[in-house]
Amino acid sequence: MNDIVWIIVEAVAKVLFLVLILQLTAAATVYLERKISAFIQIRVGPNRVGPWGTLQPFADVLKLFLKEDIVPKAADKFFHSLAPIISLGIALAVWAVIPFGDYFMIGDRKIMLGVAPDVNIGVLYVLAMTSLGVYGITLAGWSSNSKYSLLGGLRSSAQMISYELSMGLSLLAVVMMASSFSLNDIVAIQEGWGGWKWNIFLQPVGFFIFLTAAFAETNRAPFDLPEAEPELVGGFNTEYSGMKFGMFFLAEYANVATSSALISLIYLGGWALPFSPEAIGMQEGSILFALLQTLVFVLKVIFMIFFFVWVRWSIPRFRYDQLMYLGWKVLLPLSLLNALVTAAVIVFAI
Amino acid sequence: MIEEYLPLIIMLVLGFGVAVLFLYLAEWLGARRTTHGKQTTYESGMEPLGTARDRFSIKFYMVAVSFIVFDIEVVFMYPWAVQVGELGLVAFWTMTVFMLILFAGYFYELKKGGFEWD
Repeated sequence: MNDIVWIIVEAVAKVLFLVLILQLTAAATVYLERKISAFIQIRVGPNRVGPWGTLQPFADVLKLFLKEDIVPKAADKFFHSLAPIISLGIALAVWAVIPFGDYFMIGDRKIMLGVAPDVNIGVLYVLAMTSLGVYGITLAGWSSNSKYSLLGGLRSSAQMISYELSMGLSLLAVVMMASSFSLNDIVAIQEGWGGWKWNIFLQPVGFFIFLTAAFAETNRAPFDLPEAEPELVGGFNTEYSGMKFGMFFLAEYANVATSSALISLIYLGGWALPFSPEAIGMQEGSILFALLQTLVFVLKVIFMIFFFVWVRWSIPRFRYDQLMYLGWKVLLPLSLLNALVTAAVIVFAI
Repeated sequence: MIEEYLPLIIMLVLGFGVAVLFLYLAEWLGARRTTHGKQTTYESGMEPLGTARDRFSIKFYMVAVSFIVFDIEVVFMYPWAVQVGELGLVAFWTMTVFMLILFAGYFYELKKGGFEWD
């Protein structure tokens, strides 16, 4: 009984901390995107609010809170409010299974870095949550009762479900190698060989499929057709204003951070360090070593976020038929073959 | 069991809780100066013609149907994938046959033009 109370206390503390960190992460991602975009286009970017403009995203969110929430008369009120809740709620909830590092000890208590990283359905949970994320966007598009929103919502949902298949199948190959759905176990199999055991080297095809699917799932350039500004104004969020728009905005950037974190964990070795804690004179389970792991993980995530922005300004937007061609005729059979070949290698060679 | 899943459930509840909180905060803090013009549906400055509750392209339905078919096949593969090493040869050849059948269906839909988008 006492145990359960401690578990709840620990979980609530971690969740509150994580939710706060995630808001900051989303804000930081917005800042990074604006600043990197600016440098790519030889501009300065936000530089007025706070040192180097770092407080700009916070000022923006505060402003959105104070703005009027306009709901069109023709809209379906209930679903119009439900859609941003689903989007943001899902974007936050995915982080429950993402580990930031291994663990550290406080006395006899083993504290895992992450809310529930050892849950044995980690990868399935991530896939389930990203599938649910489609509802937020579809409902937003449908409930607004505007033609732009409807088209944006339809495009977005068709695109997300198309690429979800390839994403799931490329993860299938990694799951085979780790024999586990837990993200911590997937990180664990990538330790050793000085980084050459990372899945990016052992699963190069799967990595590129997952990367492409991640861009499509987050509705980002070059797959940002759902909000193609010149034709659809803003896509599914055309009829949203104030903080409801802000929630979609936060969710989108939280999703970019989620995808970056997943790519780092599944393909780039995650938080694993190439040496043991004893090698640098630390004890097994020391807090400093855990912080070092988190630092490595965060650096990888920041690099992936940079990569997302880099791609946005390097590759032009796809046409919708090209998008569907790539998803159904290239990535889907390729990811199926990749899974089959991986299984064959595991069964026959090991 | 419960020790592992309890934090997950707490995260789900609090994640959605934050989203709901945001909505209420915005309602409480936000301005309220609504006019008739603000409440009309946006259509590039024109009076909206009809509603958006209209028929739309059948291709979106096609994508959804194909997705459901393939997604269910993928779900079948997960339990096998976790145990692929231990289950060994018999399971591997069984899954190969399963995937061949899946590929047959895939090529049928491909040749029938189910994935065309023009």
